[in-house]
Amino acid sequence: MSETLARTPLYALHVELGGRIVPFAGWEMPVQYTGIIDEHMAVRKTAGLFDVSHMGEARVRGRDAAAFLDGIMTNDMATIRVGMARYTVMCQPDGGCVDDLIVYRLADTEFLICLNASNAQKDIAWMRSLVGNLQVEIIDECSAWAQLAIQGPAAEQILSEVTTLPLATIKRFGFLTGEVAGAAGCIVSRTGYTGSPGFEIYLPAASAEKVARALLAAGKPHGLVPAGLGARDSLRLEAHYPLYGHEISERISPIQAGLGWTVKFTKPAFVGREALHRQAEGGPSSSVILFSLEDRRIARQGAAVFAGQTQVGEVLSGTLSPVLNKPIGTALVAAGFADSRELTVDIRGLRLPLHIAVAPFVK
Amino acid sequence: MSNVPADLRYTKDHEWVKVAADGTATIGITDHAQAALGDVTFVDLPKIGQSFGHGDVFGTVESVKAASDLYSPISCEVLAANGDLNNSPDLVNREPYGGAWMIKVKVKNAAELASLLDAAGYSAIL
Repeated sequence: MSETLARTPLYALHVELGGRIVPFAGWEMPVQYTGIIDEHMAVRKTAGLFDVSHMGEARVRGRDAAAFLDGIMTNDMATIRVGMARYTVMCQPDGGCVDDLIVYRLADTEFLICLNASNAQKDIAWMRSLVGNLQVEIIDECSAWAQLAIQGPAAEQILSEVTTLPLATIKRFGFLTGEVAGAAGCIVSRTGYTGSPGFEIYLPAASAEKVARALLAAGKPHGLVPAGLGARDSLRLEAHYPLYGHEISERISPIQAGLGWTVKFTKPAFVGREALHRQAEGGPSSSVILFSLEDRRIARQGAAVFAGQTQVGEVLSGTLSPVLNKPIGTALVAAGFADSRELTVDIRGLRLPLHIAVAPFVK
Repeated sequence: MSNVPADLRYTKDHEWVKVAADGTATIGITDHAQAALGDVTFVDLPKIGQSFGHGDVFGTVESVKAASDLYSPISCEVLAANGDLNNSPDLVNREPYGGAWMIKVKVKNAAELASLLDAAGYSAIL
């Protein structure tokens, strides 16, 4: 089966910068430029610039927009203040995840939602199917926006050199709208997917290359490097942020994934509430753990997790943590084993002890 | 462009072989292979004395992205394995033809050497 892969507005720039292009979620994206570990450490120590234009966007607006979102999202939506964003999950009736998203409140009756690339069209169709009699409009803006993420301790300094927006006034999960590197209509939020400080910038697709070049030039003296999807994955895993299709999916609920804090049972009704409530009360049948290994071998997605000779789970994500310099990962394990000190993971026939982490490996 | 030294022989699986006059050979992976793998994090090599047939898996090289088998280019017996790769697997990225040699072997069937690619033949498949 062949499919046509989409390119972001920065495709030519990635090639020019020596990015290695791979297919990802229907897009041709750079997995790395110089190397995953170098790019990862740049984000932890200086800064990295990521093209995340493959992410989708949908605008939800209308008199009932907040009520509509409260009915389909697990987190509180009506209480988001204008100028703030909130992380949430959107669930199926059985509690499985349709997607995880960030919802930006642009105005009382207007929201911009950031969608995972692989789920964007599914999400938009899902939301539209649930509108019912509410007065709300869902607009597909996936191709209108590009997205850049500038992440790392130097990110704020670098960004401040190409915008007059008062970045220091932006709180975590807050945002401002304005001009960046001469491009009008950008949304700048203090958000990210790396576990390091930084910003995400939503910008009109036509301005993407100009803004990216301006950031790379301003950032060079501060150690900014272009960073690819490989580093994005190892950074998010160190910070224990879920990736759809791995730690959360249609078969892994937010309760199982340890995202219970995003599920607000104080809301009287939302899609998935009953199923999630049963899981939260009775304990889910399985849950996601974060682990490290004392070895050099990486336990990758699908590797079997054992307690004694019994398989009790499987690996969901695995990589080498450049900060710890050892393998880390996540696994879905059966109820009763989430605190176990006896688990092992099978790597090509070898059983290695798996150490469950109680907190993310950064911060 | 990948570096393909003229004095080595190659396989289509991206191993290189340096044949010595005394009936031994040194085996590693090519510059093209290390670039395709990305940052190498672990190399699993055989023990001295182990024997492999042509095309047998003799080890594993693992990068952040994937684990890949290493295939024996020839029938051989292992005389030495490069212990430096235990502590510095990144040598594979930095010195694929030098410090990152993987095994030294005794060649069991010299006739098999003729099936290996020369530098021009290997360059043609990259």
